[in-house]
Amino acid sequence: MSVSEPAIVRLEAVSHAYGKTVALDAVTLDIPAGCMVGMIGPDGVGKSTLLSLVSGARAIKTGSVLVLGGDMADVKHRNAVCPRIAYMPQGLGRNLYATLSVRENLEFFGRLFGHDKAERDRRISELTRGTGLDPFLDRPAGKLSGGMKQKLGLCCALIHDPDLLILDEPTTGVDPLSRRQFWELIEGIRATRPTMSVIVATAYMEEAARFDWLMAMNAGKVLATGTPAELMTRTGTADLDAAFIELLPVEERGDHTKVVIPPRQTDGAQAFAIEAEGLTMRFGDFTAVDHVSFRIPRGEIFGFLGSNGCGKTTTMKMLTGLLAATEGTAKLFGNTVNAADMEVRRRIGYMSQAFSLYGELTVRQNLDLHACLFRLPKETIPARIEEMAARFDLAGIMDELPEALPLGVRQRLSLAVAMIHAPDILILDEPTSGVDPVARDDFWKILADLSRKDGVTIFVSTHFMNEAALCDRISLMHAGKVLISDTPAAIVEKRGAASLEDAFIAYLQDAIGPETVRAAEPASLEAAPSTAPKRRGIFSLRRMLSYTRREALELKRDPIRATLAILGSVILLFVMGYGINLDVENLTFAVLDRDDSTISRDYVADISGSRYFIEKPPILDYADMDRRMQEGDISLAIEIPPGFGRDVTHGNTVEVGAWIDGAMPTRAETVRGYVEGMHKSWLTRKARELYGDEAIKGTYTVAARYRYNPDIRSLVAMVPAVIPLLLMLIPAMLSALSVVREKELGSIVNLYVTPVTRLEFLIGKQIPYILLAMVNFLLLIAFAMTAFSVPFTGSFITLTAGAFLYVTIATAMGLVISTFVQSQIAALFGTALLTLIPVVQYSGLIDPVTSLKGAGAVIGNIYPATYFVTISRGTFSKALDFTNLAGSFIPLLIAVPILIAMGALFLRKQAN
Amino acid sequence: MRLSNVIELGIKELRGLSRDHMLLALILYAFTVSIYTYASAMPESLNNAAIAIVDEDQSPLSGRIASAFYEPYFMTPKMISVTEMDKRMDAGLDAFALDIPPDFQRDLMAGRVPELQLNIDATRMSQAFSGNGYIQQIVDSEINEYVKRYRAATEVPVNLTLRARYNPELSKSWFGSITDTISKVTILSIILTGAALIREREHGTIEHLLVMPVTPAEIMLSKVWSMGAVVLVATGCALYGVVQGLLSVDIQGSIPLFLAGAALHLFATTSLGIFLATVAGSMPQFGMLLVLVLLPLEVLAGGMTPRESMPQIIQTIMLAAPNTHFVILGQAILFRGAGLGIVWPQFLALAAIGSALSLFALRRFRDFLR
Repeated sequence: MSVSEPAIVRLEAVSHAYGKTVALDAVTLDIPAGCMVGMIGPDGVGKSTLLSLVSGARAIKTGSVLVLGGDMADVKHRNAVCPRIAYMPQGLGRNLYATLSVRENLEFFGRLFGHDKAERDRRISELTRGTGLDPFLDRPAGKLSGGMKQKLGLCCALIHDPDLLILDEPTTGVDPLSRRQFWELIEGIRATRPTMSVIVATAYMEEAARFDWLMAMNAGKVLATGTPAELMTRTGTADLDAAFIELLPVEERGDHTKVVIPPRQTDGAQAFAIEAEGLTMRFGDFTAVDHVSFRIPRGEIFGFLGSNGCGKTTTMKMLTGLLAATEGTAKLFGNTVNAADMEVRRRIGYMSQAFSLYGELTVRQNLDLHACLFRLPKETIPARIEEMAARFDLAGIMDELPEALPLGVRQRLSLAVAMIHAPDILILDEPTSGVDPVARDDFWKILADLSRKDGVTIFVSTHFMNEAALCDRISLMHAGKVLISDTPAAIVEKRGAASLEDAFIAYLQDAIGPETVRAAEPASLEAAPSTAPKRRGIFSLRRMLSYTRREALELKRDPIRATLAILGSVILLFVMGYGINLDVENLTFAVLDRDDSTISRDYVADISGSRYFIEKPPILDYADMDRRMQEGDISLAIEIPPGFGRDVTHGNTVEVGAWIDGAMPTRAETVRGYVEGMHKSWLTRKARELYGDEAIKGTYTVAARYRYNPDIRSLVAMVPAVIPLLLMLIPAMLSALSVVREKELGSIVNLYVTPVTRLEFLIGKQIPYILLAMVNFLLLIAFAMTAFSVPFTGSFITLTAGAFLYVTIATAMGLVISTFVQSQIAALFGTALLTLIPVVQYSGLIDPVTSLKGAGAVIGNIYPATYFVTISRGTFSKALDFTNLAGSFIPLLIAVPILIAMGALFLRKQAN
Repeated sequence: MRLSNVIELGIKELRGLSRDHMLLALILYAFTVSIYTYASAMPESLNNAAIAIVDEDQSPLSGRIASAFYEPYFMTPKMISVTEMDKRMDAGLDAFALDIPPDFQRDLMAGRVPELQLNIDATRMSQAFSGNGYIQQIVDSEINEYVKRYRAATEVPVNLTLRARYNPELSKSWFGSITDTISKVTILSIILTGAALIREREHGTIEHLLVMPVTPAEIMLSKVWSMGAVVLVATGCALYGVVQGLLSVDIQGSIPLFLAGAALHLFATTSLGIFLATVAGSMPQFGMLLVLVLLPLEVLAGGMTPRESMPQIIQTIMLAAPNTHFVILGQAILFRGAGLGIVWPQFLALAAIGSALSLFALRRFRDFLR
């Protein structure tokens, strides 16, 4: 492969920083076209940033990035070349949709690039046959193994015949066999499409050795470029690992030497630290670990190898007592592992796959917490912490937060934490995944030290073959079974393989059987003449519907979300219908009747006879009244003075006392209204009895007509107003989450690097939620009319049309909110804040908009819910239709385009 | 179970919380600004009610009635014709329309008992009742004053003296501030403990804890006490600082007694938070669950609307919810100045519900860790 081709990527003085952290520091570089370019270097040196800038997924801050002959800062050029670039971000299946099947994922990408059905089917069948994925077309992407996920990712990237393929650490965390298959696949594709350029970032030096051209990076800068051979000659080293270390600045290289682990001293009588006998774990039908047995003598470093999901982590969890074995026994120092046995736990140190440190505690606090939990004597803790700090080289960073530290240091801290109580056994689950070679070597030196000097038994799992080679013995595991256990050298010898990796792969291939490891068929991947339009229109219905279809599928596959949305709103309507009850009935009252005459009893009978009040036993005295009101036993107390009856008859002025419990003002107001009304009617009745018709002069009646809700049922008033609340809250929340989820899970990158426009993306995602909300709407109406028997008197079509506009607004609001927030929990809070409060307080739900003051009144007049509440109440209770409600439709019609435009405007088409 | 582990782990939770500035700001906001704005924005029961008058009488008396409605209770009345009335009410422009019939004054004085018609938009429940009362009172006093001059002493001289206890002005902002504080206690305690547990699982640190000599009960209790303490401190500050201080609400009872009740309540709600977190698979599901559980708890506990107006079955079911007892206890102590002698049944109920919930949550939590 010639390296003299013109550059496909030109970088000039490219810098990039996230806050204060500098990721790229004035990088100037030409990357040659038509070859396989590797990018090597430790974590966090700017590899991913550089790749995302080149792919156009990230906005350029300083410097210029020219890709395929144009400036990537220029939107027009970016739009023009985006169909020619394919980008696979870091992480297993980051840009895939876990609940969608292999075929659905591929179809989604095909549609985004404007392929019609025939074209899509042809490409999908070619790609999946070529990658050996064709038997799994209907399996959800989330259920694929790591290696298969990466193959699917590759298929999705290749579906539009890109000229530039960008792969960001495609094989990190993937087992050697899948890794080998992945590279064979890439080789095959390149053989059929020699013009395609590939840029790959990788942490595996043995992979990088096979690339055409390499760039070594460190601390945001490019250290060196050239072919692997050139780099090795320049540094005078024999392999790339060594070459890279030579390239590092001296101060970072430290006193790096190759890890050499001295042979283990065996002292005849072996004591076993760990013994597993027929260990089995089943989850339902699935057997994760199938009769695994091994014995590990004290002080041994025991390596555990296997593909992703083969049961390594599960085995480790059983050994630590985190999981109870379905069958078989695990013994530590001859004692059966028992989750409840605290003493055994104190002898184990465990480091899980994820770095399990408290990010919010400093290094010292982390060590201190663990020391306390392991019950180290208080007085020895400070000394022990100092000792660990010295041994693990943490002294300078004791008061920093782990999050601010590089991965390699964090992992040393994790080990220090696991070692704080000087355990006899260390169980380490992929402790070095994603860590650069220098830090890895340092880590292994510490392990060697612990094993040989302190006699600690170490049980470690890894994907790195050079690490496996350092172990005293290793086990290969596949599909829950141990294939072989022996020393690394013996395994290589037994298999007659050239290296441990070859031996491992050979064992795996035997175990899997020939048909599933069927070689890829690269010939079939021949680039067909593309019929797809390469041009990117302003708005494509196909691309939009592609998102709609995908969103709908995801919604269908996540029953909890859909159920909560539909069932939840009905439950909430039920609760609010009963809960926000403004009918005040069953009020309790009691009387302190100091007169006890016919007339006083007649006065009380008016109150106790009404349907609003329930009479409680009479009050004895003031103290009794105080106590009963405090208890909440009575909300009204009436005192009738002595001689009441006599005074009324004689026309002397008397005073009746009434005390109302003012704790709930609304209830107290109502009580006051009732009591005053009853008092007045009693007076009129009495006046007529006493004075005859003369008393009628000057009297009148008021006919109060409660319109639209003659029985003044709270439900009739509340239900039509609660429906707008629910149709705002839930659809807005769902649509906001749908975008933020993509941000959190990483699939938002598909918006950045495919031809889909922001408007297509937003409307496409909105449509399923509008439909869901309409189903919800119909359900709520049906529920209101049947369960609550709220009469519907107006035009149903009018209400439905209003609801359609309204839920479009609600989902659009969710989308607008989603463009601002980054995390799902923030989206939840934000949406609740921006929908619940304005609807409940300012949209006429309880207090009419006209009665609001100040800012509340302004919000009430702008907020769309106000108008839908009017439409809902108008059609439900007031028998209205379009002609009367036209005024309320206009603001809704205006809001729809404004909100959608806002969403499209604020949504970023590139990451920062 | 070891107390020192519970304390150490709890301190870890507090340290973690102190680093989460966003969450701290949220707590601060919830217990200060939010309570203050909510309380001061509560409209009085009748404010700017839209009223229209159809004056078919055009007499001095009808003119007198029409001019008796003024702000802030009512908007300046619109004088409209009979034909306009229905249309305006349909469109929601008027909440009340008072129709004074032709010859009202003449019929009144002649003892023919004329009828005024008051149309009320009953879809606006909150105004309908109190507005009706106010309007009738206003009309009544205008008419009485008018007819007094022409009438002999035919009245029954019984006066009704109405007094509202505990909150003589029936100020809604008093009520709002305390009710809001009570409901914030529930919301925040559930969110804090639940989110703390989910965060710990999402970061993988819970697994790490379990390989240490720490039992699930210790982990759970550490979260319960630390997050409960945070909410309790925030509640105390809100009551002393915002409710008593800024809003100068006259709290009747003993705040320490209320806080003791709140501590019992927090025991129950933090356990509930743990339980919800074990049910939810992820943060978004937790959020959805929260909405579903919190809203009914808040709405039906009796803080928003009186318990006695809810259907009997709901009243009975809600006796199992800690909120119900907490609201009863809070209202009794803070509004009515009740002492332990009166609220002990609620204390007992909260202790029982808290113990049951925490045992249940612990069992779920143990299964969840497997």
